[in-house]
Amino acid sequence: MKLINIDALKALQAQSLKLLESRRVAEAITTKNAQGHVRHVMVCGGPGCHSSGSPRIAEVLEEELNRRGLSDTIKVFEPGCFGFCEKGPMIEIFPDKVTYCEVSADDVTTIVEEHFIKGNVIEHLLFMDPNTKERFATNIPFYDGQLRIALRNVGSIAPENILEYIAADGYQALSKVLFSMKPFEVIDVLKQSGLRGRGGAGFPTGVKWELTRKSEADQRYIICNADEGDPGAFMDRSVLEGDPHSVLEAMLIAGATIGASEGFIYVRAEYPAAIHRLKIAIAQARDFGLLGKEILGSDFSFDIELKLGAGAFVCGEETALIHSIEGARGEPSVKPPFPAQKGLWGKPTCVNNVETLANIPPIILNGAEWFSAIGTEKSKGTKVFALAGKVNNVGLVEVPMGTTLRQIIFDIGGGIKQRKTFKAAQTGGPSGGCIPTKYLDSPIDYESLASIGSMMGSGGLIVLDEDDCMVNIAKFFQEFTMDESCGRCTACRVGTKRLYEILTKITEGKATLEDLDNLEKLCHIIKDTALCGLGQSAPNPILSTLKYFREEYIAHVVDKNCPAGVCSHLLKYEITDKCVGCTLCVKKCPMHCITGTTKKRHVIDQERCLKCGACMDQCRVIGAIIRH
Amino acid sequence: MCDTASPNQFVKKLDDYIDSLTNKKENLIGVLHYAQEIYGYLPNNVQWHIAQKLDIPSAMVYGVVSFYSFFTMIPRGEHVVNVCTGTACFVRGAEKLKEELENQLKIKAGETTPDNLFTLETLRCVGACGLAPVMIVDGEVHGRMHEPQAINEVLAKYRPES
Repeated sequence: MKLINIDALKALQAQSLKLLESRRVAEAITTKNAQGHVRHVMVCGGPGCHSSGSPRIAEVLEEELNRRGLSDTIKVFEPGCFGFCEKGPMIEIFPDKVTYCEVSADDVTTIVEEHFIKGNVIEHLLFMDPNTKERFATNIPFYDGQLRIALRNVGSIAPENILEYIAADGYQALSKVLFSMKPFEVIDVLKQSGLRGRGGAGFPTGVKWELTRKSEADQRYIICNADEGDPGAFMDRSVLEGDPHSVLEAMLIAGATIGASEGFIYVRAEYPAAIHRLKIAIAQARDFGLLGKEILGSDFSFDIELKLGAGAFVCGEETALIHSIEGARGEPSVKPPFPAQKGLWGKPTCVNNVETLANIPPIILNGAEWFSAIGTEKSKGTKVFALAGKVNNVGLVEVPMGTTLRQIIFDIGGGIKQRKTFKAAQTGGPSGGCIPTKYLDSPIDYESLASIGSMMGSGGLIVLDEDDCMVNIAKFFQEFTMDESCGRCTACRVGTKRLYEILTKITEGKATLEDLDNLEKLCHIIKDTALCGLGQSAPNPILSTLKYFREEYIAHVVDKNCPAGVCSHLLKYEITDKCVGCTLCVKKCPMHCITGTTKKRHVIDQERCLKCGACMDQCRVIGAIIRH
Repeated sequence: MCDTASPNQFVKKLDDYIDSLTNKKENLIGVLHYAQEIYGYLPNNVQWHIAQKLDIPSAMVYGVVSFYSFFTMIPRGEHVVNVCTGTACFVRGAEKLKEELENQLKIKAGETTPDNLFTLETLRCVGACGLAPVMIVDGEVHGRMHEPQAINEVLAKYRPES
């Protein structure tokens, strides 16, 4: 069905509103009273829930509803990520507004009988606050303090149905841009809104669009950078899977504004579900005339092509990404010229990140002032973080800029796992740094993170606790950048390898203070001389851990000791006089290097010990085996 | 991973795909994705064939194949086992998981078992950080892989019944 004009779009929206009716009730209708309503069961299809069996739950639920003749009044949907990955698989039932956590396919019969037929809420499937033991059917504390703009539709609409997106004000921003705004007005709105690139660097989006538009050319391009390479960040994936049309709509708006008739989405080949959803979304948008010639009856024509990445972190860098789309090796080139002047096939090109794009339709609809009222002085709006690591509530959170780390980790994240002590938060992935306890209360925005030696990056936020060795963490990121260095410039190709070698020496207890000096010097040299962002930021994890956790480096180098007990070369396992001689460790030692007979204290042969810790894992007597 | 078609059918399939493209040279990466899907890997003769078909130097094809980690020039086993080495998995024991898999499969990461059943590889982040550490077998994610027993049970599912 082709939408020929703005009225056709409005009529379709009015018609489609009923699709979301049950989910949009202002007040929850109690489970007992909800029985007469058409119910919607949303089964979270985010990456975490999907991996832990949500498709099977949806399938069994549909079968069960069919079998009992309930499928006309109870409908099952598989939307995108709810965000609360820790408690997945999750389902949410409307209009009761009841959320069940850690559901399995075995719970389906109970849910159908108790919830749907008898009208009872199933207590043991509700979220329980681990501290107060209180159960929550709705308003789970994880969502307090969150504000969903980029993720506004993720988890609440069915991503494979364009009508649901249209019902949720989809493509309204596009029609506003096409019929009642001039390109410079769109650019002004974006500039005033204060939206900055969410991919990491934080360049003002409005300025980027303006620069691209001002470059003289017969053709311009818009590229969506969906090459989410930061290991531990999955917000772009969640937007692509949960709300692909918002990205398409924003690209259309960008096309109309900068004067491009073609757009590309460069997406990682590692995200097959996102690719699948994008293909469906593009096909639907073409069917409805929202992509193609003379969109909504205007003189604007635009189409989008998908381009698959092939596993190269450096392709997240915009010039490397452009070369990859051109079919070549994804090596970056020197800027200037910037892509806005000379990009894809030599034409002016605007490259925007997925999350940045997802923010654009609501900004156009609600205005610059609405957006700029959220956030801090220089960083407006919200930021999505992928909260992971040693935190209780792993998940995807979207919070206003200026929220403190403490609020994210302790209020939303529910604190540290197993009541351990917080040590640091790692932001910005391989280009970022570690933030120590003393900055837990500083508001997070682009400037504050940069001033404490880290960066916003794409939004990975990994929580580290007392058991994490900071030298080892730095080594982990160094190994990553070393592997991912494209090899074009010497500083990065050779430099990251040397950094990794020095870090390895440190973790093996073979380094001297001179090595530590060289490590720091080399970090600064690479920062100053590398060609692209990957190389320039590669030393960041080392520099920030050196800044805040230098004593740990010193302990490794001088005392030959790993305070966190991680670096195996520096560990020593010993059996104390508390040993009762149960022989459990003797049997478990892979090297057979523990000797001793029943009821006699055992001894570890330190020469042969691998320091694997298997003995300590097995030992049932506290203090009988110590590690130091 | 591989089709059971004969090599000639592979070539025909690949040629048909290339012929269907309007911008051939620019789609080199797409063509390589397609070729790897049908052949399972990208041996020299396939790269040579693609170079001729797209009318580009074979060095360019090799340059692209060797640049991107997704492409492989070595045939993989029947099942590909991947360990996620993203940051979230790393801090929750991905290294131990990798070592355990290397022990159980008796190969190192990057290698294939002699019976050609499993290839062990590592990859960066599949976005299932809530389930860390995770292993992925043929695209299916298995989470919270802390115990050797649990790892063994997952692998057993992919072994032929004896």
